[in-house]
Amino acid sequence: MNDHAFTLAGAGLRALPSGALFWPEMALLCVSDLHFGRSERLARRGGGLLPPYETRETLARLDADLECSAARRVVCLGDSFDDAEAAGAIGDDERLWLSRMMAGREWTWIAGNHDPAPLALGGGHRAALRLGPLSFRHVAEPAERAEVSGHFHPKASLAGQSRPCFLIDADRVILPAYGTFTGGLRCTDPALARLMGAGALAVLTGRRALAFPMPR
Amino acid sequence: MTPLPPALLAWFTARGWSLHPHQQAMLARAGGPATLLIAPTGGGKTLAGFLPTLTELAEGSHCGLHTLYISPLKALAADIRRNLRTPVEGAGLPVRIEDRTGDTPHSRRRHQRADPPHILLTTPESLALLLSYEDAPRIFAGLRRVIVDEIHALAESKRGDQLMLSLARLATLAPGLRRVGLSATVEDPPALARFLARHPDPCAILLADPGPDPDIAMLETDEAPPWAGGGGRYAISAILDEIRRHRTTLIFHNTRAQAELFFHALWLANTENLPIGIHHGSLAREQRERVEAAMVAGALRAIVCTGSLDLGIDWGDVDLVIQVGAPKNVKRLVQRIGRANHRYNAPSKALLVPANRFEVVECRAALEAVRARTLDGEPRGPGPRDVLCQHILATACAGPFDADRLYAEVTTAGPYAALARAQFDACLDFAATGGYALRAYDRWQRLMRTDGLWHLRDPRAGATIRMNMGTILDSETLNVRLRGRQGGVPLGEIEEDFAATLTPGDTFLIGGEVVRYEGLREMTVEVSRQPGCEPKIATFWGTKFATSTLLTERILDMFRHNAWPDLPAHTARWLALQREVSRLPERDRLLVESFPHDGREHLCTYGFAGRNAQQTLGLLLTKRMEEEGLHPLGFVATDYATLIWGLEPVTDPAPLFDPDRLRAGLEGWLQGNAVMKRTFRGAAIIAGLIERSHQGRRKTGRQATFSSDILYDTLRRFDPDHLMLQITREEALRGLVDFGRIEEMFRRVQGRIDALSLPRVTPLAAPLFLEMGRIPVQGAGRERLAAEAAARLMAEAGLA
Repeated sequence: MNDHAFTLAGAGLRALPSGALFWPEMALLCVSDLHFGRSERLARRGGGLLPPYETRETLARLDADLECSAARRVVCLGDSFDDAEAAGAIGDDERLWLSRMMAGREWTWIAGNHDPAPLALGGGHRAALRLGPLSFRHVAEPAERAEVSGHFHPKASLAGQSRPCFLIDADRVILPAYGTFTGGLRCTDPALARLMGAGALAVLTGRRALAFPMPR
Repeated sequence: MTPLPPALLAWFTARGWSLHPHQQAMLARAGGPATLLIAPTGGGKTLAGFLPTLTELAEGSHCGLHTLYISPLKALAADIRRNLRTPVEGAGLPVRIEDRTGDTPHSRRRHQRADPPHILLTTPESLALLLSYEDAPRIFAGLRRVIVDEIHALAESKRGDQLMLSLARLATLAPGLRRVGLSATVEDPPALARFLARHPDPCAILLADPGPDPDIAMLETDEAPPWAGGGGRYAISAILDEIRRHRTTLIFHNTRAQAELFFHALWLANTENLPIGIHHGSLAREQRERVEAAMVAGALRAIVCTGSLDLGIDWGDVDLVIQVGAPKNVKRLVQRIGRANHRYNAPSKALLVPANRFEVVECRAALEAVRARTLDGEPRGPGPRDVLCQHILATACAGPFDADRLYAEVTTAGPYAALARAQFDACLDFAATGGYALRAYDRWQRLMRTDGLWHLRDPRAGATIRMNMGTILDSETLNVRLRGRQGGVPLGEIEEDFAATLTPGDTFLIGGEVVRYEGLREMTVEVSRQPGCEPKIATFWGTKFATSTLLTERILDMFRHNAWPDLPAHTARWLALQREVSRLPERDRLLVESFPHDGREHLCTYGFAGRNAQQTLGLLLTKRMEEEGLHPLGFVATDYATLIWGLEPVTDPAPLFDPDRLRAGLEGWLQGNAVMKRTFRGAAIIAGLIERSHQGRRKTGRQATFSSDILYDTLRRFDPDHLMLQITREEALRGLVDFGRIEEMFRRVQGRIDALSLPRVTPLAAPLFLEMGRIPVQGAGRERLAAEAAARLMAEAGLA
């Protein structure tokens, strides 16, 4: 098995090597920080003109995860678009592709700090979502329990390789950024160290999901 | 003959100075459009460059900037300013001299733009930046002369290409501008002259008297050098003897890591406490400056150093240069030797210390090359296009431009004289739109065309472009500080990749001390002193030079001799034994030995293509072997051979060396290799695709940047013919991949492969077994390492 299986508040979850979180019992796939339209936003602001292919690259991976997991529910944990303007600016092909994936699935967009909510795209729009024992939101709230969140783009190093990672402790899981052109925040950063309890694990993404004690 | 101004002549005469013939010649040729002066170290080269300027400025009627002096080192610009002021002030000439580098305070830089001095001393990067300002035409309008110092060094890197593009711009802003290049001895002066001159202007070449032959020898030691490895620690007591016998000794090493290890070992043996310092590019500036000051004051008996002391500045009374490890390159050796007796017409004294048995042969070959006054150097390729992309963006920062005119201007730069219009247009398209095949930034172009002129879409982008200018690629480095009060004492810096491999408790060497890694805080590596402890991790990356083609050819020539009376007996015996049990490699044949050893099958290929190319060859061959089911397990490469080990014997190696299949490997799977990704990253930064990460900005914690590897993979997948990938492939022929040397080997060998199947390890192959830097064949290797590390950490934490 290439996933890392764990339980949070009694819910059996799987951290996939792609960076998505799967909840088999609910057939729910959760991804965070897709940052569609990132290259376009950087171009708009006068920076370098990055290869404008990150949206289709991210969609391709999401498509593969949906196919593989046969998920019927999808939760996008916010910052799905790099900003509100980017949501309006993605190409027609990409919009069509996204609609195809959304068809027949219960799809929830959670608002992030970059994008309020892509209203034009259908699906449900929430500030946060409660489902069974778990709550889903963009930024972790320190007092919250049984919480699934994103926002921080955590990454960790192991054997000289630095990759995006999940952070998991008894109270919460923080997802890595799923988008292709996204940087990361080392999990040794105080913001993350403060949030995560003792005994927290980092689960590295890549070919296999590798769990190890969260570096501090 | 052009006379010196009377005041200057009087000042010279009062000091009993007279001009060298080449200084006279420079004055006589002051009117030529381009002049290249080649003179040995200490020949008064810089003064020769400035004499026409001082003469023209002496009568005091020139207003504004007259001469621009460009040097590769900031420190050299400051040094020259001090040296030049002595005659100028002594002779009372009405000349204002200032320097301008990255270290110049902002207020002074602004003042310089408003009211430029007569002579401005600067670096290629600062000049490119000046040219990117809108007021550049006003600043440079009256410019008459430009002097490029140490042009041989600049011409070896992209800094030189950038500088030549800047000079092309200057020539437009200041018609009639004359160029002077000052160079150490080089192998191909006409090529350097073409590089310097405005194409197609002629360029006069002046050769100064090269001075007497250097006094150079191999250091004889009681103990024979080891079979493999580097560092030269076996020679420490002999080197200490030499230090004692001389006033000041410079001890050059090829890598920072070796300099550190050697310095550490030298101090352990330095029972008399002779004052010895260390100087290399990874040390904190404060530390380097302290060593430099001590050196100038004559307080040091020796300095262990690297290429950071290769250029320019006069470090005082050096009377011996020791090169530890094979010099790899004759030209660099000659320049290093020139550091001793930094006075005209005095022979320089130098000693070579081979670090291992094979380097004995290489040092011998280098000695003979120095005596024969032959120099190596690979011909320069055409000007790289990533530098041109940056130049186009920088030009747009200065103001709107016409594409036809800019193309015409760019092709007056020597390195870009043969640039095709289509190539230029592709670079312009990249700068303007990103140059993507599948989707354009139609609304958000970087450059737009209005009324036939190209300009920045958003003028605010100029600030970003200027911040990212320059062609020097700092590897991502982290400062190293002692943990303690107020941020602690800075010790130097290490590369981020190296820092990532450290875990708390690891010990390594920096600045000659053993330190313990404590942790990473806000992008600073915190360490504590750990005196008397053996460093656990001895190395951090340094440049790995490849041995030059000239030297390898000389080595192969030596192998043809029947006996080697010039070599130490131990080395001669070793070569004779190789000839007896196998054969010695030859220039126009490829020797491939296969033999079993220690339960593994081995294949040793003597390509003599230099370390980087031999390593690439190892990657390509093992991939081919994997396809053939030969189960290779790993390989190691040196400058002369690649040794591969695996599970199956290779009975017929010739098909493995099919050039077309290997080329296909380079085009195909090797593109995914980390070395290619690093090559791409460099080109992408220079071309302005990605921004440099600035230490200050990274401190904010949130990494706004992401790995350039992702960009590379995305481009390969969606846009394989993109300009950036074309440039990356072009660069792969040189540098870290160095496929050009493999091609050269194929041309030399023409399919003549001597495949020998032998019962045991051969004498020439034996040292390879002791080499560091074995590379496991990829596949599941990396994954397995990470998985094992994760399992171990889980177990230690009691979680598994």
